[in-house]
Amino acid sequence: MAPSSVKLQELIRLIRTAKTQAEERAIIQKECADIRSSFREEDPSFRCRNVAKLLYMHMLGYPAHFGQMECLKLIASPRFSDKRVGYLGAMLLLDERQDASLLITNSIKNDMNHNSQYVQGLALCTLGCMGSSEMCRDLATEVERLLKTSNSYIKKKAALSAVHVVRKVPELIELYIPAAESLLGGKNHGVLHSAVVLITEMCVRNPEATCKFKKVVPELVQIMKNLIMSGYSPEHNVGGISDPFLQVQMLCLMRILGQNDDEVSEAMNDILAQVATNTDTSKNAGNAILYETVLTIMDIRSESGLRVLAVNILGRFLLNSDKNIRYIAMTSLLKMVQTDHNAVQRHRGTIVDCLKDTDASVKRRALDLTFALINGHNIRSMIKELLQFLDHCPAELRSDCASGIFLAAEKYAPSKRWHIDTILRVLTTAGSYVRDETVPNLIQLITNTSELYAYTVHKLYQAVLADISQQPLVQVAAWCIGEYGEFLLSGTCEEEKTVKVTEDDMLDVLEMILQSHMSSPATRGYALTSLMKLSTRISDNVDRIRKIVSIYGSCIDVELQQRAIEYNTLFKKYDHMRVAVLERMPVIEKNSQVCSDKSTKVLNDENKPFSLSKPNQTEVKIQNAANQQTVDLLDLIGISDPSSTPVVQNNQEKMVGGELLDLLGGINFGAIPSITAYNKNGLTVEFFFEKVGNNELSIQLKAKNATAKDMKEFILQAAVPKNIQIHLQAPSGSVLPALCSGCVSQTILISNPNKVSLKMRLRLSYSIEGSTVQDICEVNNFPPQTWQ
Amino acid sequence: MMQFMLLFSRQGKLRLQKWYVPLSDKEKKKITRELVQTVLARKPKMCSFLEWRDLKIVYKRYASLYFCCAIEDQDNELITLEIIHRYVELLDKYFGSVCELDIIFNFEKAYFILDEFLLGGEAQETSKKNVLKAIEQADLLQESQNEDWGGLSSDDIL
Repeated sequence: MAPSSVKLQELIRLIRTAKTQAEERAIIQKECADIRSSFREEDPSFRCRNVAKLLYMHMLGYPAHFGQMECLKLIASPRFSDKRVGYLGAMLLLDERQDASLLITNSIKNDMNHNSQYVQGLALCTLGCMGSSEMCRDLATEVERLLKTSNSYIKKKAALSAVHVVRKVPELIELYIPAAESLLGGKNHGVLHSAVVLITEMCVRNPEATCKFKKVVPELVQIMKNLIMSGYSPEHNVGGISDPFLQVQMLCLMRILGQNDDEVSEAMNDILAQVATNTDTSKNAGNAILYETVLTIMDIRSESGLRVLAVNILGRFLLNSDKNIRYIAMTSLLKMVQTDHNAVQRHRGTIVDCLKDTDASVKRRALDLTFALINGHNIRSMIKELLQFLDHCPAELRSDCASGIFLAAEKYAPSKRWHIDTILRVLTTAGSYVRDETVPNLIQLITNTSELYAYTVHKLYQAVLADISQQPLVQVAAWCIGEYGEFLLSGTCEEEKTVKVTEDDMLDVLEMILQSHMSSPATRGYALTSLMKLSTRISDNVDRIRKIVSIYGSCIDVELQQRAIEYNTLFKKYDHMRVAVLERMPVIEKNSQVCSDKSTKVLNDENKPFSLSKPNQTEVKIQNAANQQTVDLLDLIGISDPSSTPVVQNNQEKMVGGELLDLLGGINFGAIPSITAYNKNGLTVEFFFEKVGNNELSIQLKAKNATAKDMKEFILQAAVPKNIQIHLQAPSGSVLPALCSGCVSQTILISNPNKVSLKMRLRLSYSIEGSTVQDICEVNNFPPQTWQ
Repeated sequence: MMQFMLLFSRQGKLRLQKWYVPLSDKEKKKITRELVQTVLARKPKMCSFLEWRDLKIVYKRYASLYFCCAIEDQDNELITLEIIHRYVELLDKYFGSVCELDIIFNFEKAYFILDEFLLGGEAQETSKKNVLKAIEQADLLQESQNEDWGGLSSDDIL
């Protein structure tokens, strides 16, 4: 078969003529076949071209692994054109995960000593791009040698290769410290830049290196001075600025060296002030330098004048017409709002204005920053701006904005009425975007504000009449109507003029909520319970309530059905208790601050006096972020009001962040339930737990094989998060007989003194019917008792 | 450091990919797909920076090509824009008014130029002149070698 002689550009042209994916695939398949046979014939003349073609096809997404060895051959060829394509192929097709990459180590080593600097450059570049830790270890000393050459073309490449080596094998930092120091003495900008990168990398990874390099600070300062003061150097000039790349890199290094060191920071003071005031801000390059300067000033121990200068630079950035600059300013201000709060406050006006910015990322940043700047003094005006923002803000920001407003209102509300008004405003504007826990939190707030019951319920009633689509609003309104319906009836309200509401009106609203297709099941639950509560608060229409409740006794929704039936029972058999059961809720105690925990488990002790037939019934309420349904366990008598959750018992363990529907949380079982850690392809691994002492856990694992063939050489390895110690004892064996006729057991000892949540990564390997199977899985379903 | 640089067209076709972190082919493809989609969905008025996974993405469109770099949290976005611009200038000088077709048909040269400008995700040479000189010399070496040693002429190598 004639070797493929299609030129690269010809092939590219051909592929581009393909009108369909299928056509393209056909062309490529044919070409790959030709290339493969050409490779087999070992003809060196077209190898370079063939690999180049392969690389093009690889970029289009087609497999090219059969070209890997050819790259090796090209690299070993004496021709520069071959080496160029060979090394390119190595960087594109090989990565450190492949064994073939190790094979080029020798070639790289040879080429690093080549008499042509361009070949040396290729080798260094490849090492610096894709060298694995083994390769780096092998070639570290070669790189170090090249660091000391007088050829600046090689020196700069060696320096950056050293950066890669140091990233892969931090222990080798020591090796490069002497050479790196001397690199700063030269004039070549490429070498200087690479040297600064190298020193920065070493200092970041090794605090000892930082100490050693603090002495180069004067040298750095001098280089910076020369850059700023020296005349126009066309070679390194970008928009009138002398080598912004080098300036930025040096500022970054100064930041690392000056952190937590007063003396070093002092030495940099002047030059930083100079750069901050003299850099031209009309072009992006200048702003890049200023940005880095600001970061450095804020991170080292700079004097307050300098810090104010930095914040002012950011303030000016906020007004820049370039949106990129505004975005950068926002991000930086956000980082420093905690440490330099007053300085950032001075720019509050500009920041709030940025809420109206056209760019979505800037808006988001402005929102975060605005929240960070709210305090007791500016709460009213800030929230006013934020409420306006909420009216028009993009959908993806609404949820965060709403939550932020709630948090801020909770912390700094100047008056209770203002607080309730604000919350109502949010609920009416962005009601469907508020987080789930807002509803119970709001209800809790309302119950705590007894003087405003009438006001609140009137406002909610009006809001719901206008719009019943926003679930959180409807839920809160329904709850309040149920609790405080009498205020609606009496029509009196100190705060505002209100309309008198009839019993029928109230029931109409609640029925409307119940029947509306827009109401979620949880909302309906609220409405039904509220209706029930009203049966004791109103006088004329109790029958109507009775009727509604009994209709829902056959509702398809199981939750509603259950409630309806229980309420029915309350009407019929326990009517004498109805008033007592449905009386006004006690004031709900504050449940720590408004937190954004997705699920909080609490115990409700309201049914204590009612535990008639079943002793020690503890009803557990859970708010699961995934669905708003409250699971009422063991609920006999319908006080299962989902809104009355935040009642915390003293001895209650608040389980935070547990997404598990741990229904009986807080109750200590004697035995911890076992879990199935792995179940795939017929292999199951079960974990059985036993607590040994306070922090130790013993896991007995049993592995079983349900397939028809034996699994041999079964090995299990496990890894756990940091702060947890793991010790695997020897397994009982390594053969898992087929069809679960036997098992392998192994003990794992876990020591978890910090009570970090337990997760485990398992790596299993076994051989079945001659072939090896390996799998890695994560075990995330450990019962909380195993680590709490 | 820069973790990777991607060049792609308005239709989402990849024209160049330089990875400075070790990832499997599958992972690279997934990242590329996702990122290309994300960047192409951005409107022209939006800013050049976005947060994606745990990286910062800096991108800029030059004619029909998007130049997209992924940098780490501590890196300076504005200087990355300068780096992108410098690379475009280098391509422009080398090819003479570069356009997407130049990069398609001479992709290997685009890589060679990039590898003279950046190494391991960092700039190795801050002088435009020096980078271009190095490429020129390397090209000359290739040509003269092939003349001296025989074999295919420089036009026919690839």
